[in-house]
Amino acid sequence: MATAVQTVERENYLNSNYGIKSWLLTTDHKRIAVLYLISITAMFWLGGFFAMMIRLELLTPAGDLVSSDTYNKLFTMHGIIMVFFFLIPAVPAVIGNFVVPLMVGAKDMAFPRVNLLSWYLYMAGAITALTAMVTGGVDTGWTFYTPFSTTYSNTHVIGAAIGIFIAGFSSILTGLNFIVTIHRMRAPGLTWRRLPLFCWSNYAAAIIMVLGTPVIAITLLLVALERAFHIGIFDPRLGGDPILFQHLFWFYSHPAVYLMILPGMGVISEIVACFSRKRVFGYEFVALASIAIAVFGFLVWAHHMFVAGISVYAALVFSLLSYLVAIPSAVKVFNWTATMYKGSISYNTPMLYAFGFIGLFTVGGLTGIFLASLGIDVHVHDTYFVIAHFHYVMVGGGVMAYMAGLHFWWPKMTGKMYPEAWAKLSALLVFVGFNTTFFPQFILGYMGSPRRYHAYPPEFQVLNVLSTAGASILAVGYVLPMIYFLWSLRYGKDAGPNPWNATGLEWMTSSPPPTHNFDETPVVTWEAYDYEHQPQEEITVGH
Amino acid sequence: MAEHKEETGSVGHIAPAKLYVAIWAILMALTLTTVLVSMVDIGPMNVVVALVIATIKGTLVVLFFMHLRYSPKLTMATVIAAMFWLFLLLSLTMTDYLTRAWSTSPGH
Repeated sequence: MATAVQTVERENYLNSNYGIKSWLLTTDHKRIAVLYLISITAMFWLGGFFAMMIRLELLTPAGDLVSSDTYNKLFTMHGIIMVFFFLIPAVPAVIGNFVVPLMVGAKDMAFPRVNLLSWYLYMAGAITALTAMVTGGVDTGWTFYTPFSTTYSNTHVIGAAIGIFIAGFSSILTGLNFIVTIHRMRAPGLTWRRLPLFCWSNYAAAIIMVLGTPVIAITLLLVALERAFHIGIFDPRLGGDPILFQHLFWFYSHPAVYLMILPGMGVISEIVACFSRKRVFGYEFVALASIAIAVFGFLVWAHHMFVAGISVYAALVFSLLSYLVAIPSAVKVFNWTATMYKGSISYNTPMLYAFGFIGLFTVGGLTGIFLASLGIDVHVHDTYFVIAHFHYVMVGGGVMAYMAGLHFWWPKMTGKMYPEAWAKLSALLVFVGFNTTFFPQFILGYMGSPRRYHAYPPEFQVLNVLSTAGASILAVGYVLPMIYFLWSLRYGKDAGPNPWNATGLEWMTSSPPPTHNFDETPVVTWEAYDYEHQPQEEITVGH
Repeated sequence: MAEHKEETGSVGHIAPAKLYVAIWAILMALTLTTVLVSMVDIGPMNVVVALVIATIKGTLVVLFFMHLRYSPKLTMATVIAAMFWLFLLLSLTMTDYLTRAWSTSPGH
C-alpha cells in the first residue's frame, strides 16, 4: 500500500496496484466509480445506437428501414437501456461514487464491499436484460404496461423485467451507502449546513432509491408472475386491474425522473459556484429544495395516467400536486441565476454544459407543467410533445449535467486535463444538436403526431428530417468527448490538485487521489463555497 | 441501553424475559381474535378488522422483538419514513379507486 513504487510519481488509486483482479475485487470507491464509468458508457453507446436506428427509420414517412415489430423493439430497448442502465446510475454511481467520500473527507464509502456488490448487481442486471434483447427483444415500451406485457406480448418480457429487478437492488445498495456515508462519515467540522450541495442532492436521490426502487422491483416481478402463472393482479378477468400496474409503476418511475435529475442539479450547483467565484445564493434553500423535490416527487405519479381511465377526482388532485414540484425546481433555477449575478464568470467547458442544463431543464420543466394540466394533457398525451418534454429533462438536464460533472471532475479522477478547445466545441455541438433534435418534436406533438409509430403522414416529414439531422450533430457531440478523454489519459497536461481553484475537500488532495484519499483527516472550519472569503492559498493547499 | 455503539441493532439491548413472554401472549391473543372474528360476518369490516389487528401485531414485533423501541432516533426515523411512504402509496392510489365510481361518464 504505502510502498513507494516510483520516486517520481506519487502513489495514487490508479497505480497502487495493477492487474485485472485488483480492479474486479477492489473496494476502493474510486475504482468502483471507474468500473461504473466504463460499463455505463458502454450502455450509453448501445442505447444511442438504438436511438440512431429510430431516427433513421423516421427520416422518411414510410416504414421502410425496419418493420413495425422491430421498431417497437428498438424504442423499447432504447428506453430500458437509457433509463435503467444509464440515466439512473450515471451521476450517482460514477461521479457520486468517486466524489462524495472525498467531499465529506472520508477514506471510503460507509460500506465498501456493499459498494462493489452494487456494481456486480448492476452488471448482472444489465447482462440479464441484454440477454433478453439479444435472444429476441422486448416490445412493450420501457413502461411494461399491462395487459399488453402480461397477456399479449410475445417477446422476452420476463427476462427484461428480471434484469431491471436485479439492477434495482444495485440502486438500493448505492442509495443506502450514500445515506449512511453522509450521516456517519463526515469529517470533523463538516456540519450539514457546510455540506456541499452535491452531497445534499445525492442524499435526496438516495432517499428515492431506497424508498422507491423496491416498489418497481416488486411490480415488475408481479408482471413476470402474472405472465407465467396468471395470478390475477392486473388481469380483470381474474379480478385484477390493469391500471393498478400504472399506479405501482409510476409510484417509482416518476420519482425516478427526479432521481436522474437531482444528482445532476448537485453537479450544476458545484459548477455554477466555482465558475462564478461565488457562494451559491440561498444555500439552505437549494439544499432543502433537493429534499422537497424528492418528497413531492412521490405525490404526483398519476399525471401519467390522466387518459388511462382513472377517476377524474384523483386526476384533479394529482394535477394540483404536480404543480407543487415546480416550486423547489424553480427555487434551484432562480438561485443558480442569482449566484451568477455579479459573479466573476469564466466560460470553461463545465460551465458551458451548466448553462445548457439550466436552459434546457427549464424548458423541460415548464413543458412538464403543460402536461400536468388536465386539458392540455388530453390533447398532447402520447404524442411527440411528451417525447420532447422528457428528453429535455432527461437528456437536456440529466445527460448535460453528467457531461458537465465528467468534465469538472475528470482532472481529479485522472490527474489529466482534457483539451479545452475541443471540449468547448463538443459542448456547443451537444447544445445545438440537442435542440435541433428535440425542439421540432414539440411542434410535431402539438400537431398531433403520435409516439411509437414507425410510419407517419408525409406532412410531418420536414420536422422529422430536422430531428434526425439534429441527432447526427448530437452524436458527433458525444463521440468527441469519448475521443479526447481517452486522448487526455496519455497526452493531457497534468492537472495538479486543484485546476479550477475550487473549494471543497475533494480539491485538497492530489489528483488522482491516493487510495486512502487524504493523508490526514481534514478538519473543516469554513462554509461551503466560501469563494469570497477563503484566502486563495488556503484553497490550493495540498499536493 | 448504553451498550456497544455498533451493535445497537441486534444485541444492544436485552429486555427482561417477562416482557418478551407478555408480548408473545398479546400476539397469541390477537391471533386468536383474528380467527374468531373471521367466523362472524360483519361485511366489509372483516377486512378492516383483520388488517388493524395485523398492523398492531406487526408494530409490537418491530418495537420489542426487533428492538426498535431501544434503537437510536435515526433508526426510528428510517422505519417511520418507510411506513410513511407506504402510506403515500396506498392513500394516493385509493384516491383513484374510491372515487372512480363517482363520475357517471367513463373517463373524461
